[in-house]
Amino acid sequence: MFGPLVVRPNKSKGDKTGTWRTQLEPKFLRKNCIACRMCFLTCPEGCIEGKEKNTFACDYSYCKGCGLCALVCPKKDIIMEEESGGEKK
Amino acid sequence: MKEFLEGSRAIAEAVKLCKPGVISAYPITPQTHIVEELAQMVANGELNSQFVNVESEHSAASVVLGGVATGVRSYTATSSQGLLYMAEVIFNIAGLRLPLVLACANRAISAPINIWNDQQDSVSLRDAGWIQLYAENNQEAVDFHLMGYRIGEDKSIMLPVMVCVDGFILTHGMEPVDIPEQEKVDKFLPPYKPLYKLDTAEPLTMGLLADPDYYMETRFAIQETLKDVLNFIPKVSEEFRSVFGRDYKDCLVEEYYTKDAEKVIVAMGSVCGTIKEAVDELRAKGKKVGLLKVISYRPFPYARACEALKNVSRVAVLDKAVSLGAYAPLAVEVKAAFFGKKKTPKVISSFIAGLGGRDITLESVREIFRKLTSREVSLEFIDLKPELLQEEYGK
Repeated sequence: MFGPLVVRPNKSKGDKTGTWRTQLEPKFLRKNCIACRMCFLTCPEGCIEGKEKNTFACDYSYCKGCGLCALVCPKKDIIMEEESGGEKK
Repeated sequence: MKEFLEGSRAIAEAVKLCKPGVISAYPITPQTHIVEELAQMVANGELNSQFVNVESEHSAASVVLGGVATGVRSYTATSSQGLLYMAEVIFNIAGLRLPLVLACANRAISAPINIWNDQQDSVSLRDAGWIQLYAENNQEAVDFHLMGYRIGEDKSIMLPVMVCVDGFILTHGMEPVDIPEQEKVDKFLPPYKPLYKLDTAEPLTMGLLADPDYYMETRFAIQETLKDVLNFIPKVSEEFRSVFGRDYKDCLVEEYYTKDAEKVIVAMGSVCGTIKEAVDELRAKGKKVGLLKVISYRPFPYARACEALKNVSRVAVLDKAVSLGAYAPLAVEVKAAFFGKKKTPKVISSFIAGLGGRDITLESVREIFRKLTSREVSLEFIDLKPELLQEEYGK
């Protein structure tokens, strides 16, 4: 008999950490973005994507609402606001 | 072919026949000769194996863990402090379900430092999830290595096996040993086929965090598998007999004149040879005595022990290790085996002998039989020197 022993790549994609969010979620304003990619680099879930200025967005099924992207944004172009509703989870 | 060999040499020959791809060990008395011989074989080109020199036993165990994890049969040997230094990795090897074979040249534990034989080292690691087989002589030491890989590597088992050989008594003792032919070993022991392995072409993670949602099942699975091992060892023993001709019966215990015996000693390892001689001597005088040799200490064959001892009125359990502050490690198992059973021995007495290499002589065994009376004794130390004991120190 065997218990859980090994884990194959991409297993954590099944863990929808978006359900951990409690109150706040990031809003990407896309006004003053300079594409410095700090939000992309800082996100602990690696769920922010984007290339050009004002194109960055996060995947709400993984975003835990930690707020680090908003904190690190030099242009204050990301803000944390009350969750709009449950549908994004 | 039968050869007159030192135990360590015989074990090295057995390991060579099993063709491990990775060997790693750190020298410690009385295990050193085993890996010294293996290093020589690798250097001479007789054995195609990677011999990895390391700076400690912790590293040696980690190297062979990695070896088996990449799907390669691996081997290490150690003793005493070395085994304790490996302890953390020993639990990991079982937890990762990696079928390593390790020889433990049984030796006492410090302090005070003592390089001689008892079984405290391997007995102290009884809860690690390993299969532990205790050899009485050098032939068994050889055969249990071959069986060890066969048992541990079976895809239904996947657990490590510790072959316990009494330090010096076996490792440095010369005996005629039958070293089997390579073709027979190849027939008995197919190449290792891992269920999964570390491979850059097909990446996976082993031994990662298992939170409270996952951990308990890993332990339950090992516990259940060790129950299966009790049924699997006899099957492997039968396969072994059909290939090599030597019959270890169920290979869990060996019964020596137990059928009509009134007094039986239960013991493990090389001391069983001495007990057999004492039994022969006492039988010649008409005394109904016998021996129950425990081969598999983990998993412990409770049902088999009950079956062998249920009609014996007086049982003595001889431990070459102590569980300080509690009943002796082998004695508790024998007593537990009978708890709640209708038919039990009237007396199960527990004796400690041979710690730190003190010789267990024929007279010691006779004394145990003499002290096995209708009055049950517990933790009776044999051959103790009262003159070395004092109530106060430093006066």
